Amino acid sequence: MGAMSERITRDDVAHIAYLAKLAVTDVELDEYTSQLAAVLAHAADVEALDVTGVAPTAHPYPLSNVLRPDVVGETLDRSEVLAQAPSVEDGRFRVPAILGDEQ
Amino acid sequence: MSGADDAESSLAGSRAAKPPMGTATEIAAGIRTGQLSARAVIDAHLASIDAGESDVHAFNVVLADQARAHADEIDRQVAAGIDPGPLAGVPIALKDNLCTRGIPTTCSSRILEGWLPPYDATVVQRLAAAGAIAVGKTNLDEFAMGSSTENSAFGPTRNPHDLTRVPGGSSGGSAAAVAAGFAPISLGSDTGGSIRQPAALCGVVGLKPTYGLVSRYGLIAFASSLDQVGPFATTVADSALLLDVIAGHDPMDSTSIPEDLPSYSAVIDRGVAGLRIGLVTELMGEGIAPDVAARVRAAAEALEAAGAIVGEASVPAINFGLSAYYLIAPAEASSNLARYDGVRYGLRVDAPTTSEMMVATRTAGFGAEVKRRIMLGTYALSAGYYDAYYGKALKVRTLIIRDFAAAYETFDLLLSPTSPTTAFRFGDKTADPLSMYLNDTCTIPTNLAGDAAISVPFGLGDDVMPIGVQIMAPALGEVPMLRAAAVLEAAAPRTATTGKAM
Repeated sequence: MGAMSERITRDDVAHIAYLAKLAVTDVELDEYTSQLAAVLAHAADVEALDVTGVAPTAHPYPLSNVLRPDVVGETLDRSEVLAQAPSVEDGRFRVPAILGDEQ
Repeated sequence: MSGADDAESSLAGSRAAKPPMGTATEIAAGIRTGQLSARAVIDAHLASIDAGESDVHAFNVVLADQARAHADEIDRQVAAGIDPGPLAGVPIALKDNLCTRGIPTTCSSRILEGWLPPYDATVVQRLAAAGAIAVGKTNLDEFAMGSSTENSAFGPTRNPHDLTRVPGGSSGGSAAAVAAGFAPISLGSDTGGSIRQPAALCGVVGLKPTYGLVSRYGLIAFASSLDQVGPFATTVADSALLLDVIAGHDPMDSTSIPEDLPSYSAVIDRGVAGLRIGLVTELMGEGIAPDVAARVRAAAEALEAAGAIVGEASVPAINFGLSAYYLIAPAEASSNLARYDGVRYGLRVDAPTTSEMMVATRTAGFGAEVKRRIMLGTYALSAGYYDAYYGKALKVRTLIIRDFAAAYETFDLLLSPTSPTTAFRFGDKTADPLSMYLNDTCTIPTNLAGDAAISVPFGLGDDVMPIGVQIMAPALGEVPMLRAAAVLEAAAPRTATTGKAM
């Protein structure tokens, strides 16, 4: 269980970069680690706040399901959408191998 | 006003200018009655852009040919007896995170360079239906993350009042376009102050509507629970006119408020007699420059002189707004920006496998600040840290909403600075992200609460740069907020920066 008093480490930053699908150089890793640590240290002031029994607010507007009538409406033009993709084939998005050499 | 009288002379090298053909209200009235030609209006603004854009760099793209053709169409409509609408022939600049079908929309990011959206944002459709003419897409901090436009992949925008200073951000291009007279009005988006702060720094009016008042459909998402589209203008009346056009329910946005709305432009001149207005003590202390605080106090006095009941208000939890925001907004951003993976649109950097392609694309396509926020958000949401960071921030958000609600039991509106300082110089805050984030201290609480706020120019600082005063209102409190803004505008010192000189 993490706490704000724990300073973010270089290994933490390398891990979150991996999770976020970003490659970072050694120099960037040092830089991001100190910058993120400074922001998180500032954020630690909320630790002083007693939030016992306080409900979280994820959204300022009371969200509920919004439904539309179940009728056919306009959609985006498929060829216009696919024309913007880096690679397409047979009316679909095309990507490189997803299983690497094993495929 | 010390500093104001000699403003004109000390602004040598300034590109600040009034719109060449008047306000949006004046232009629309002139075109609808056949006294002005839309083509002449567009040509005057395109000439203004030609003259100043190389200095200011407000735009990522200028739509000159399209704007001229659109103006000719408006003129044909008027000649045929058809009313083009409330913004007939009014040039407008659009922040480049609003989708425009077939027109490049980049978010000032390499990852979307060259992308042509297959649809228009709802606000773009509404503007077209009202007769407005898009003159260009404006520069921003990449994906609206920043307070200076220095994070744009295409180079910063410069403040028209002093080209050595930032215009603020993230909607710096939209603020600068209006301050430079390139267009009388523009649209920006505000997630933590991105309309109000650049409006303050560029000496124009900037309005962040209540969350859900304006559709977000086609606004490229940064932090979905905070983002809101809103107007920039040189006058409060123009802000209200533009808000009238863009506000309203949209079935394409599930967070759009399904309520009938008043006409804002019809009520702005009703004054502030009897309105209770609170000066927020938490936003008047440490970190606020003395010249800024002095202008805010002068604004409070002006409102009181106009009949408002002014007192001191306390909203204690907003001291924690910045901390909560810089956990919540990056958390939402890290999720929203996961879609840029080189598969469906935008940049792809080829690699042997899809996973490697995604890493290569995102690493090459995103700038440093965007990567920083994605990582911050990923961390705040990651296993083991979620409760301590994101979860705690959401509870702080509840406290902020609660404290605002308590203040709004006593007061109709709240008053504060918009930005802690006037416009700073390029490079002053880029090395230390936290110092940049502190610019948003006064504006962030309103986004967390989902409320409305407006920045109105109210004189100049010791450096002869514009100062903005922020009026905050509870959700759907735009009517009293605009009334107070109009009173402040009328009471503002007559300076070169408020467009009232001469």
